[in-house]
Amino acid sequence: MKVFCNGEAQEIAPGMLVADYLSQLGLDASSVVVECDGKILTRKEYGSHALQDGSVLELIRFVGGG
Amino acid sequence: MLLVNEKEVFFHAGMTLADLVREQDPAADILLVNGYPASLQTVLSDGDRCWLWRRGKAPSAEEMRHLLYARHSPGVQGCLQERVVGIMGLGGLGSVVAIALARMGIGSLLLADYDVVEPTNLNRQQYFVDQIGQKKTEALRDILQRVNPHVAVTLIDRRLAEDDIGVLFKGVHALVECFDDPAMKAAGLRAALRSLPGVFYVGASGLAGYGENNAIRTRRIYSGVYLVGDGVSGAAPGQGLMAARVGIAAHHQANQVVRLLLGAENEAG
Repeated sequence: MKVFCNGEAQEIAPGMLVADYLSQLGLDASSVVVECDGKILTRKEYGSHALQDGSVLELIRFVGGG
Repeated sequence: MLLVNEKEVFFHAGMTLADLVREQDPAADILLVNGYPASLQTVLSDGDRCWLWRRGKAPSAEEMRHLLYARHSPGVQGCLQERVVGIMGLGGLGSVVAIALARMGIGSLLLADYDVVEPTNLNRQQYFVDQIGQKKTEALRDILQRVNPHVAVTLIDRRLAEDDIGVLFKGVHALVECFDDPAMKAAGLRAALRSLPGVFYVGASGLAGYGENNAIRTRRIYSGVYLVGDGVSGAAPGQGLMAARVGIAAHHQANQVVRLLLGAENEAG
């Protein structure tokens, strides 16, 4: 199935969880804010929210330092 | 009429700053007209705002407020002194943001950190050697007192968690994310987006090392929500946090807060 991540179409396995998707992208889930279909997910939802065909994702990734 | 140190003074045509100084305070040697330093020969206009001061004299609370009024554009000071800004994390970003906002005359600061000042902080954070071991909240409050004693400062001396942020910072006009830990940076943004609607938010990501100045940018990610940094330069072995670049990012944050509070950003889009 297809999802749109930060404007780019990507082919992923059906029913993939957000946490697994982030891991596949090589991202540390703890430092990423995820908006999925217009909704900001809680940190807990990363492990339970399954992506749908056509889901639109916006990922905001943070690096450390302050 | 002129406004001289915020008091009305009679104006007459052809009046110079020298005439005013002679009349009001012949010992004054710091002279501002409409926010700018001016010479004695300056010819005044009706309605001018003047500030006459003796070098080295410490101002009272009221005079300090008037001085900020005299130094800033009309309307700026009155707005900033009514606003409350929260700062999460008082390290290299937060300590700089707080001092900049205090100098600009923000009304209230809500400052949160759980840590104490350590020697390794001094390469970029605004603390002093004699403050090592003090709580950062208290150390920063002491510095702010010396910069502008008329800012109301409230301290939150604890480690913040994602679920507290919406509660602790409810009622602020703007929230500045100055955490070090990338997980808390993400947590701060999630908390603000989910539980602080209508609060301006300015976060930061990517400011380590001594990379290009102009790679540090301020970008809007949602309405009223901005991120500062180059997005990629994380603190890592071989790429430490350094005063200058952290300071560039912190001042982007402070200026963005001021722009948002003063309505300078077009937030309609």
